[in-house]
Amino acid sequence: MSSTHLSIAITGAGGAGVISCGELLLQAWARLGGRGLLRKAYGPQIRGGESAALLKLTEDERYTAADHYHLLVALDWDNFSRFEDEIQLGPDTWVLCETGAEIPAAVLALQPHVLEVPMAELAKSAHPDGRVNMLALGLLGGLLGLPVDSLCQLAQQKLARKAEAYQDAAVASIRSGCAQSLDCELHPPALGDTGTWYLSGNQAAGLGALEAGIRFVAAYPITPASDVLEWMAGGLEQVAGQLVQAEDELAAINMTIGAAFGGVPAFTATSGPGLALMSESIGLAVASETPLTVFNVMRGGPSTGIPTKSEQSDLNIALHGLHGDAPHLVLAPLDIADCVFTTGWAVQLAQQLQTAAIVLSDQFIGQSTAVVSEPRRCAAIASAPAEPSAGGDYLRYKLTDSGISTVASPGDVDQRFTADGLEHNEKGTPSAKHSDHQQQLQKRQDKLEQFDYGEQWAALSGSGPVAIVSFGSSSAAAAEAAVQLSASGTPARTIALRLLAPLQTDALAQALAECERVVVVEQNHGAQLYRYLRGQMDFQQPLHSYAMAGPVPLNAKHIAQFVAEVSAV
Amino acid sequence: MNNAVQLKAKDYKSAVKPIWCPGCGHFSVFNAITKAMAALAISKDDTVMISGIGCSSRLPAYVDSYGFHGVHGRGLAIAQGLKVARPDLTVMAMGGDGDGFSIGGNHFIHACRRNVNMTYIAMDNEVYGMTKGQASPTTPMDWDHSKLTPHGPGVRPFKPAALALASGAPWIGRAYSGNPNQMAKLIAQAVEFEGFSFLHVMSQCITFCPEQTDWKAIVHERGEPALTDADEAAKLFLHEDGFQTGLLYSERRATWPPESAVPQSEDALGQLAASFRV
Repeated sequence: MSSTHLSIAITGAGGAGVISCGELLLQAWARLGGRGLLRKAYGPQIRGGESAALLKLTEDERYTAADHYHLLVALDWDNFSRFEDEIQLGPDTWVLCETGAEIPAAVLALQPHVLEVPMAELAKSAHPDGRVNMLALGLLGGLLGLPVDSLCQLAQQKLARKAEAYQDAAVASIRSGCAQSLDCELHPPALGDTGTWYLSGNQAAGLGALEAGIRFVAAYPITPASDVLEWMAGGLEQVAGQLVQAEDELAAINMTIGAAFGGVPAFTATSGPGLALMSESIGLAVASETPLTVFNVMRGGPSTGIPTKSEQSDLNIALHGLHGDAPHLVLAPLDIADCVFTTGWAVQLAQQLQTAAIVLSDQFIGQSTAVVSEPRRCAAIASAPAEPSAGGDYLRYKLTDSGISTVASPGDVDQRFTADGLEHNEKGTPSAKHSDHQQQLQKRQDKLEQFDYGEQWAALSGSGPVAIVSFGSSSAAAAEAAVQLSASGTPARTIALRLLAPLQTDALAQALAECERVVVVEQNHGAQLYRYLRGQMDFQQPLHSYAMAGPVPLNAKHIAQFVAEVSAV
Repeated sequence: MNNAVQLKAKDYKSAVKPIWCPGCGHFSVFNAITKAMAALAISKDDTVMISGIGCSSRLPAYVDSYGFHGVHGRGLAIAQGLKVARPDLTVMAMGGDGDGFSIGGNHFIHACRRNVNMTYIAMDNEVYGMTKGQASPTTPMDWDHSKLTPHGPGVRPFKPAALALASGAPWIGRAYSGNPNQMAKLIAQAVEFEGFSFLHVMSQCITFCPEQTDWKAIVHERGEPALTDADEAAKLFLHEDGFQTGLLYSERRATWPPESAVPQSEDALGQLAASFRV
């Protein structure tokens, strides 16, 4: 018997290897044609804190976080209470844990099926250095019917840089686990086609950026964006690009400006606090018309907030955080696979429109890994015809119909100019004249507003009298809610915004045609998207806000209930 | 790169007129830069002047090369990003003491440490001129001309050369706005040096610090070959009066970034994508 999904939580102390266990399990599952999502939950303490691999094996690729777990594998119970909000258990949950370990009263109170396995002893007898996490991987592989050889091979691949004895211990532990027979009933979902990819949103963004031409990255580490930069460090080496680890975010953003001024497509990644530090110089990129992409992986804020967990609360700063009138691009990838497309699109738009693009991902899609069909790519944007420039009298900021001027880079013969954050005339010479200011402000606005962004501004789906509008990662929960609503007789359409600025108001109004009600879904406390939309256009329908702060993921059932309630009034 | 004809210093000046006050030391730095460019017969198209904000940071627009006038304190970051991305270019960054040692202090020490092959000219007049005369990190402790610190800053001034040395700068020189010929020679040497070259220029601001006209009597050439030993240089920079000019310290050190040893493949992007296939 198969079901639509199977949720498995693997928990343990930080450093116990629960994430590795989850990753190997999902990869082996993917090799059979399975689909699934692995969400990673960490505390702030790297070793000895708490961590959880939250798996959801599914039939399709509409990846929302699980809101109920069929199986909990507790390698230990240290700090388990910190996950109480995130790992929902019930009487139908199987709890697999170490024999004799003291199970928290809060877990026992839910009356789950408890399966005690002497994991430490089994691992030890399999190999003197046997690992409990690999033993658990074997147990899980056995329960799901995964080929033991596949698990062992994936583990060896992952541990390739470790000593041979370490690999042997892992393999022996996996084999021992697989050989156990457990009295536990699980219903994995049906398998699909093979030929899939397995990656995180942060890796997908890095790939999208490199494929779109990024060849320079300036990096300052910050959770949860560091792994974009780490992946790109390796990737850039392969394509003759450069990565500089900067001394701070102020340096990182300005280094990207320098490289981009040199004609080399440039990129940096950060999270909320880093974006705040970068904001002044993003304004410089706007004023000097220097293209760059800032990939912001959102986490709980403000201030240090909840750095390891997800939230969509940097929308305000991304939209409004620049000083002066500074039109720029703001985009958001809709899911893990879409990080390839949207990042690639952002890079190309920034280049084409000679401005800054801020891309809003978040910890949920950034650090989760998933099995996905080969990601869609962003086709190359055809360059606008360059306006001819008179030799020797080059006007870097020439006023044109499109607002786009030709760009020269250092090294180009006789096109010398000084880029400036001071207001300037067409040539780039500093000017405080009202007419120059007015013309350059208008030009920088025109080039963004007159550009044809095509169909990609949003992903539209379904039809019905209710529209659920979302941006970025909340779109998966919104889509799932729409499916549930349609199944219960309230058809709903979804509008998942990929391009937030400039907002495509005409297209959005058209997508809302004959719609009776709009529900705006987002993962933050301040209803930032809802307020932004209200400020940008007049809606013909009532507009409702469903805004929930992180770090608990948005829940499709709750969204569907909310939509049903406001529709019934 | 139309340098078939030998260019003179004035040929390296753009049509933009400087905003500096009459008597400003920065005119002299500007002249010295263009003289050095002429002496090196440097290509205008392949040279970039980069700055932050302040009186001295206005300089890039006055040179007929490529330029970038950025935001306060970040010129060195822009310059390093550009040079790393475009190693074929000659990159010179410049700015004042407030820009370089206060708001941009972190970039200064890390630029010294990183050793990207470029030149940084700090035009030090011990004052924030553009905001009308506040104390900077190099202002004397008892300088009481600013309404912001009416009793003087009361804080020991930085010793920029000592700071540069401690941070790992491999080339440290000092020049004086009253001696543009020596300065031009030092700038040419700095540009030719393979690595991060830091030229500290005492550039007077007679508007807010008229007492700096006295520098003429204090400044003296060191007149000895540059030190190559960091210990000796440390002693020099900690104990000197801060007014000796010349190339003070120079050592060869590996520049950043190193040449890549990673083999390049034509299908590198395809291989990166393929690494995600299950």
